[in-house]
Amino acid sequence: MNQAGSVQDTGADTLGNPLADALLTLRLFALAPQLLGGLCLRAAGPARSLLIEHLLALLPAGTALRRLPAHIDDERLLGGIDMGASLALGRSVRQTGLLEEVAGGVVLVPMAERLRPDLAGRLAQAMDIGSGAGFGLVLFDDGATEDEGPPAALLERVAFQVDLSPLHSLDIAEVHRPRPLPTEAVESGDGDALRALAGTAIVLGVNSVRALLFALAAARAHAALQQRTTLDDADLRLAARLVLSPRATRLPPTEDERSDQARDEPPPPDRESDSDGDSNADATPPEDSVLEAAMAAIPPDLLARLAAGATQRKGHGSGGGQRAKSKLRGRPLGARPGMPGGGTRLALIDTLRAAVPWQPLRRRELPDGDTRRLVIRKSDLRIRRFEERSLAVTIFCVDASGSAAMARLAEAKGAVELMLAQAYVTRSEVALIAFRGGGAELLLPPTRSLTRARRALADLPGGGGTPLAAGIIAARRLAASIAARGTTPFVVFLTDGSANIAADGTPGRPRAREDAASAAKGLAGDGHAALVVDIAQRPRPEAETLALDLRGRYLPLPLADAAGLQRAVEAARPERLTA
Amino acid sequence: MAKFPFSAIVAQDEMKLALLVAAVDPAIGGVMVFGDRGTGKSTAARALAALLPPIAMVEDCRFHCRPEERGTCPDQCSSGRSRKAAVPFVDMPLGATEDRVIGALDLERALRSGEKAFEPGLLAKAHRGFLYIDEINLLEDHLVDLLLDVAASGENLVEREGLSVRHRAQFVLIGSGNPEEGELRPQLLDRFGLSVEVRTPDAIEQRVEIMRRCAARDADSQVFAAEWQAEDGKVLRQIARGQKKLASLTVPDAVMTDMAELCRAVGADGLRGELTLMRAARALAALHGADAVRREHLLGVAPLALRHRLRRDVLDETGSTVRIERAMGELFG
Repeated sequence: MNQAGSVQDTGADTLGNPLADALLTLRLFALAPQLLGGLCLRAAGPARSLLIEHLLALLPAGTALRRLPAHIDDERLLGGIDMGASLALGRSVRQTGLLEEVAGGVVLVPMAERLRPDLAGRLAQAMDIGSGAGFGLVLFDDGATEDEGPPAALLERVAFQVDLSPLHSLDIAEVHRPRPLPTEAVESGDGDALRALAGTAIVLGVNSVRALLFALAAARAHAALQQRTTLDDADLRLAARLVLSPRATRLPPTEDERSDQARDEPPPPDRESDSDGDSNADATPPEDSVLEAAMAAIPPDLLARLAAGATQRKGHGSGGGQRAKSKLRGRPLGARPGMPGGGTRLALIDTLRAAVPWQPLRRRELPDGDTRRLVIRKSDLRIRRFEERSLAVTIFCVDASGSAAMARLAEAKGAVELMLAQAYVTRSEVALIAFRGGGAELLLPPTRSLTRARRALADLPGGGGTPLAAGIIAARRLAASIAARGTTPFVVFLTDGSANIAADGTPGRPRAREDAASAAKGLAGDGHAALVVDIAQRPRPEAETLALDLRGRYLPLPLADAAGLQRAVEAARPERLTA
Repeated sequence: MAKFPFSAIVAQDEMKLALLVAAVDPAIGGVMVFGDRGTGKSTAARALAALLPPIAMVEDCRFHCRPEERGTCPDQCSSGRSRKAAVPFVDMPLGATEDRVIGALDLERALRSGEKAFEPGLLAKAHRGFLYIDEINLLEDHLVDLLLDVAASGENLVEREGLSVRHRAQFVLIGSGNPEEGELRPQLLDRFGLSVEVRTPDAIEQRVEIMRRCAARDADSQVFAAEWQAEDGKVLRQIARGQKKLASLTVPDAVMTDMAELCRAVGADGLRGELTLMRAARALAALHGADAVRREHLLGVAPLALRHRLRRDVLDETGSTVRIERAMGELFG
């Protein structure tokens, strides 16, 4: 893609300058917080505080602003009975919910990537209903790695994603700007403008209608900022760049691909040209320039990811990671009688519930003069129980090199699919790493979804050298991040063990073997269970050595089929842990 | 802000059909909507609830008793007056606890007066209306079990915390979810009556139309609602006519045979497939104002009623819809 050309074409003044983009985003958001839903902000501490101060200055005076603590309960969030005050006063005391207080204002969510799914659900619901009392949401994404991110349900409901993580400090110059118009004063777009946005969304694979509506709202806000009541191309380009491109799930086809595609299926670009074929053919259709603006803003790593056909993630932070985190706490199982302490916590409500029916009786038994309102006995005490799902993630690390691919790749694919079908019952998850040619690739982040797994498997290519070390390193990295979430990784290597590409990607057997051995020892050092399935036609010592280095089990399966492989994996899996 | 009018929803014909069929005969047992985020799933469900005419219930009754059922709920509502209320639409959040869903001991009253009272949960709130659950595939399994059980029996039975309460809970259960983010267990899926797959329309003009309508609604929701009132009225009359007609419709033996053959051909597990197919076909016939259930009605609802009941073959890429359509083509031409 010719990025330099696109830069010139867009003509937007903030392109290529993330800070200027961020400031513009804040101004757009401040203009119409509810219409735009909010923004997800990824920035280091000082820069973030400055941005927030800036946002506060932009919001009209008196705008309500609330920080959402991660431990907030339903009563405080949505309003309800204030249990403490009610007990003390002996009458019901209502408390207003945080969302009620913030109506028309802005909610700040720190550490959004760790937000509990139930809380995310409440927020999403409140935003959806939002009848006149809606709020804007600012999500702070402090995720350290790519696979952490705010809950997808919330990301979907905010218009912008701002990433300033490389910057540590920033300098915001105060510029006097003309007072913006209210967003409602701007026209809602004629057919061409809407078509340009819709077309761009289709080409980029943005399927959500919300994204489309956000794009339109952003374009209108941009026009309002510049005191225009009509939408022009710059507005649309900006909207496509800020709203649509972070959500891109596929690359627009290049010119040659377009003509290629035209033969087999009706591609979106063709339909666009049909729809405005009667309009002036010599002028650039608006959607082309809007699309180019969006493309210019697609981060380079996204291009690489998509081009490699790797993980098809929707924006940042897919449901997969989020779900895994929810498991951290385990499913509340309800309370049971017992004494708190020793790691167990008192379940206050359940304790009260247990005590309440006996109160009239107990009060009668009280000595005169004791005017306690509530008599709680030891037998009333309830403790909380959580069931930690015995969530095991099985990482399949598949040798897709030329030597292994032809013989065994099909079986490996079959085994992963069978494991997934099992995941219905065991609720375990499966991840897939393939190594071939120059390196290893995470084809499937931990998931239970058959749909995604099937797609990842179908795309698994074979052939090339055997970068065993790279495969082990990738598996180790994934295993570490899985273990960090509190789940148990289990690595299954399907390989013949004959490494011939070193960790740095250079060919050569001795180096490759050395690197593989040291990587394997590293993985073993982390304490993760491993299994090596030798998929060579005739078992060889290499794979067995690998198993030794991994301190894992070795399983020669010269003629395994998918079902046999699955049985072997089930049998070798370490005891499932329940907390 | 006024609700988005049902008839103003662009495309999504299958989802609208499923909702209408379920509205005509709630006994069909809920609709499961598969689809990406932002495809208008909850908008459609909400819109349908808002479209239906207000229902009469006993004044101050927390269990939505019909006036003729006065006094039959756990509260033994006694008010002689009745009021008109909008059809309930309950949006169940992902993190809802079992207490909130089925109801629990009313702590406040228990603490204050030592009275053992029942505080109704979401199931009671949804009685005679809709219960919508977004991302049902992420909901804890035990809650899903419970919901489906109540939805099927039409009654919520609470036996806990020293309470023994039983109240009516008849609602249309609408679940939505994205299979990309985790599957629903097949046993649970089977208990949903109908299922639809929703996608954002691919045609650019439809997307433009969606943006146009949303912008118009943002500008003035009242005016927008007024513009679509006539269309919504038509849908409403259609549902009312269907509900009236439903009781008098019978399914001829020939059509029954067709259903059984179709279910066998696609390999739908269990008998729920046939039963739902029969009810759905009858509801569709009623919706269309037909005098008898015919094969066309069967064909119209077969994908909705069967798609989620096919045994899944992990190695077979063919979608369920395609398999059903193929079977219909082979059997009935």
